[in-house]
Amino acid sequence: MLEIKDLHANINGKEILKGLSLTVRPGEIHAIMGPNGAGKSTLASVLSGNQAFEVTHGSVSFYGKDLLELSPEDRSREGIFLSFQYPIEIPGVSMVNFMRTAVNEHRKYKNLEPLSATDFLRIMRQKKELVEMDNKLANRSVNEGFSGGEKKRNEIFQMAMLDPRLSILDETDSGLDIDALRIVANGVNKLKTSENASIVITHYQRLLDYIVPDFVHVLYDGRIVKTGGKELALELEDKGYDWIKKEVEEAI
Amino acid sequence: MDESISKKPTSGVVGEASYIELYKQHHESIKMHSTEVMNNIRDDAFAQFEHLGFPTVALENYKYTDLKTALTIDYGLNINRIPIPVNPYEVFTCDVPGIHSYLYFVVNDAFYPVNDARNNVLPEGVIIGSLNKVAEQHPELVKQYFGNLSSTKNDGLVAFNGAFAQDGFFMYIPKNVILDKPVQLVNIMRSDVDFMANSHNLIILEEGAKAQLLVCDHTVDDVHFLSNRVTEVFVGENAIYEHYKLENMHVKTTNLATLLINQKASSNVLANVITLHNGLTRNTIEIDLNGENCETLLCGMVIGDKNQQVDNFTSIIHNKPNCNSRELFKYVLDDMSKGAFTGKLYVAKDAQKTAAFQTNKNILLSKTAKMRTKPQLEIYADDVKCSHGATIGQLDEKAKFYMQSRGISEKEARLLLMYAFTSDVIDNIRIEALQDRIKMLVEKRLRGELSKCEGCVICQ
Repeated sequence: MLEIKDLHANINGKEILKGLSLTVRPGEIHAIMGPNGAGKSTLASVLSGNQAFEVTHGSVSFYGKDLLELSPEDRSREGIFLSFQYPIEIPGVSMVNFMRTAVNEHRKYKNLEPLSATDFLRIMRQKKELVEMDNKLANRSVNEGFSGGEKKRNEIFQMAMLDPRLSILDETDSGLDIDALRIVANGVNKLKTSENASIVITHYQRLLDYIVPDFVHVLYDGRIVKTGGKELALELEDKGYDWIKKEVEEAI
Repeated sequence: MDESISKKPTSGVVGEASYIELYKQHHESIKMHSTEVMNNIRDDAFAQFEHLGFPTVALENYKYTDLKTALTIDYGLNINRIPIPVNPYEVFTCDVPGIHSYLYFVVNDAFYPVNDARNNVLPEGVIIGSLNKVAEQHPELVKQYFGNLSSTKNDGLVAFNGAFAQDGFFMYIPKNVILDKPVQLVNIMRSDVDFMANSHNLIILEEGAKAQLLVCDHTVDDVHFLSNRVTEVFVGENAIYEHYKLENMHVKTTNLATLLINQKASSNVLANVITLHNGLTRNTIEIDLNGENCETLLCGMVIGDKNQQVDNFTSIIHNKPNCNSRELFKYVLDDMSKGAFTGKLYVAKDAQKTAAFQTNKNILLSKTAKMRTKPQLEIYADDVKCSHGATIGQLDEKAKFYMQSRGISEKEARLLLMYAFTSDVIDNIRIEALQDRIKMLVEKRLRGELSKCEGCVICQ
């Protein structure tokens, strides 16, 4: 579904991604790990269409479409979902209004009628249960005054509402205690089907105990330098990243 | 009706001189078609205007209200009170759904005779009507209040109004009477030629009374209008008064409004002025707290685009201890529009334990839009809590991207953000039906659709 080839990207003139390639097929879970500053969040930003990053070389195709040509909203409507590392607070915009607008824009893109208010609220109620989200949160402004854990749950709730084909979870585990982590991971696992895929970006192996990846990639200095199975994550947890850095430098 | 309007004799000459000349030649007619109470202050007001003239940008308080262009237009005045051929009760169907108001009209500068059955059921003792007429029927009542606030002002527009206004809206709520429904006053500008209207409104709430007034400003015809209205409000002890103003006029309109409110002890006032659409707007709002334990909430919002100019000049004077005031103004400005806000807050030496908070937040949607904001705090008491904050910025790009990443189009995301930005002003509307209607109007306005009140034939 997703094919990234030799991707280079800059922010403020500084090259962060330096030739990244990655292929994701339906039903797969890919974990991307790597030291600070390797480019993990940049990859998530570029895939979701953040204008702050400039793609200088390479290609990204999503079900045959040139993803880089699409606006952020069209990428979402095509089925890409980014769970933000730092979800944004939007005072004055209610969760209900925000989600209904988003869901109906997705439906419009697929030439479907907008959902009726009752249908929408029913679906919202179902999806809230998936991440054990408090009813009160749904009536508040988007993320405003939410705790760190509530914000992350809200991201997975939105993911459930929009039913993406590819979800990118950017450090979804950061700032979560163990209970919240379990709830969030459960939510992600319940949403998994043989038709959709996930890219899980994380620092720590911990999350991968709950969301078991098919592939683990190590991102270092803007490139994927090592790929393995789920056991690679355990090895990294055990040995850190220095041995990989060393391997890369020796290869040069 | 062209002939019937008393055009200024000095057609071609504009500005102060032509109006001074007009007054000198026609003051007898002006007085003849008005009432003694109003005439009592008329010559003094004229003398003051002769001295002050129209305010110019050279005055600190009018630095951002430039009336020069508006005053080059040769407006007609209707000093001989020729009836205007319009029946607003027939053409005006914009009753905010569910609001069930007592409905009144001022057409140009004259109170339109009431012929609506809904108004026959006012609670006992309540008087609502033409200032001119009520002053004849209840001269003592009107005399006791009329001009008490306005004649102390050293302001060219107020003085001009004192010289030329012949009528206006009058509302009296006796002691402990609570109006069960809001009162709606619709100011309609209707003329075939460029036209000016001066009116003076007088609102009195006695001790323990409660009333809500919704003022809607509308234009009907596609000519230049200038309206210069003065409203005096007296709020008695423990009385509760809510004043909403919704301005929805065309770009050829200059709308000048002075709202003077006097609060007695333990009274509660909410004023919320909303400019949806207009040419040039100047609101001067002065609220004097003359008793202890007053509560005051003054809000407003402006949506400006094209060449619109809106200046809200506000002043809250704490004369007594233990009062709370809060002020909240929000502007969304696009294109070449200009906004200005002044928040004067005065705390007298003895007004200890004052709590006063002021906020003005603004969003500029284009590089050519301009906003001037000026908090002006003068605090002479030493045991007070006062704060002010002003911001001018753009839409939050991060929030916009967040929404886009959920599939919401950029246009819709901008709209949601602008709407959200104004929502706390709209939340301060305590009439639910009106709040819903204004939400809808604001949304339509932000979408760029001309936000006429739906179903209101009068401004279509």
